Amino acid sequence: MAHTSSHELSPAEYQKAKKDAYLGFWILLGVTVFEVAVSLLGKGWIPGTEGLAKLSWVVIAAGAIIAVLSIYKARYIILEFMHLGHEVQGLRFSVLLPTVLLIWAIIAFFQEGDAWRKRRELIKDKNEIRLDADGNIIAPAAELKG
Amino acid sequence: MATETTAIEQELEHRHDETSNDEWSGAKEPFRASYGKLMMWYFLLSDAFTFAGFLIAYGALRFSMPTWPVPDFVFSTAPLNNLGLGEEAKLPLIFVTFMSFLLIVSSVTMVRAVQEGRRENKNGVVFWMVLTIVGGLGFLSCQAWEWTKLIAGEGVSVTTNPFSTFEQNGRYLSGEELEKAGFKKIEHEDHGAVATYYLPNNAPDLEENRYFVKKDHGGHVLAGETFEAGQSYLVTKSHDTHLYEVGAFQKEDGTIGKESFGPKAFGALFFFITGFHGFHVLSGVMFLIIIMLNAASGLYVERRNGYEMIEKIGLYWHFVD
Repeated sequence: MAHTSSHELSPAEYQKAKKDAYLGFWILLGVTVFEVAVSLLGKGWIPGTEGLAKLSWVVIAAGAIIAVLSIYKARYIILEFMHLGHEVQGLRFSVLLPTVLLIWAIIAFFQEGDAWRKRRELIKDKNEIRLDADGNIIAPAAELKG
Repeated sequence: MATETTAIEQELEHRHDETSNDEWSGAKEPFRASYGKLMMWYFLLSDAFTFAGFLIAYGALRFSMPTWPVPDFVFSTAPLNNLGLGEEAKLPLIFVTFMSFLLIVSSVTMVRAVQEGRRENKNGVVFWMVLTIVGGLGFLSCQAWEWTKLIAGEGVSVTTNPFSTFEQNGRYLSGEELEKAGFKKIEHEDHGAVATYYLPNNAPDLEENRYFVKKDHGGHVLAGETFEAGQSYLVTKSHDTHLYEVGAFQKEDGTIGKESFGPKAFGALFFFITGFHGFHVLSGVMFLIIIMLNAASGLYVERRNGYEMIEKIGLYWHFVD
């Protein structure tokens, strides 16, 4: 077979590939366990560390660590287990570039959802406003957001 | 004329040569990957867009709600009576962690199957594929257990979400307190069991007028317990009457209220997203079984394409994981 990606493995290559697969297992397992520990810590469910989860920087740091580790895991599986890192550049880019666009779509729509919530709250607040005959706000005490 | 014809023929001949050298003409495989593998990559890319569509719907709706069920407590129990710790123990994330462990294991066994395929080792391929199938079936069983617990135990449905959050501080009320406040006690037979609830000011016996004394799924009465705004709770669904027993409570300002349901979209999103993924895993397991049987029968040795089919199902399996 002429394929660079699926020629028959020599014994030396096979031994190396086998070692890499088991290394991958330990990497993925280690990262997952660490992720769960960080997540539990960030939410204050590890007895004795409940106070930490009340600090906003701990919660944000935990979220950031989990996001970075998840991306690392996905990257590892795609490039090593699915062998994309060993394919030619054209194939690599034709799969990865559209996926990068998706990441933006996800961020944008999460923002949009947050905007829906804010708009709903604004409408609720404005509904509670009562005016007197001259058009002055009488209730609630004129404290409007936005 | 004769010379012209020859010129055209030569031109055609020339073009033919050109196209057969072209990467996309079909004579050669583009990107130096077989067509099967290439198309599997583009199928996975399109599938990623479908999953992203679901994820976007979930995220946008979730962020548009002031409250949302805490997912870690939706799954806070494990089988075997919480690994021997008793029904009361809360083990957030433990079951989800176990499920991702299963997926990692079955991913690695798949990698091993592909490697054995590239060494043309039939028995190795079959052995590692069987382990991968076992991992996939294990994952599906875990998911079936979760769904059973959510649907039959906690009463989540596509349109009803009993997981919610208190908006104010308050205290659950007992039956005597409700009667003292002017509520009328009703004992109503439903599905062969008696449901006891309270109606305000002799209001008609409609579902929206029923106030229950708060009980958890174990039947423990929680009347008298206090709660704070922002704390999450679960509306109890009775196993006997199949009714949602919305608990009555007294707010800090003295008025009496009852539990409300959580954001309605949760159940539909949860079941569609996990169901879509589970269906992918199920089809993956079926393809793994077919390809494992083909490999065992020696079909891929006859085809002499280096167990490429194993690589293709491998790509699909890693994606699903």
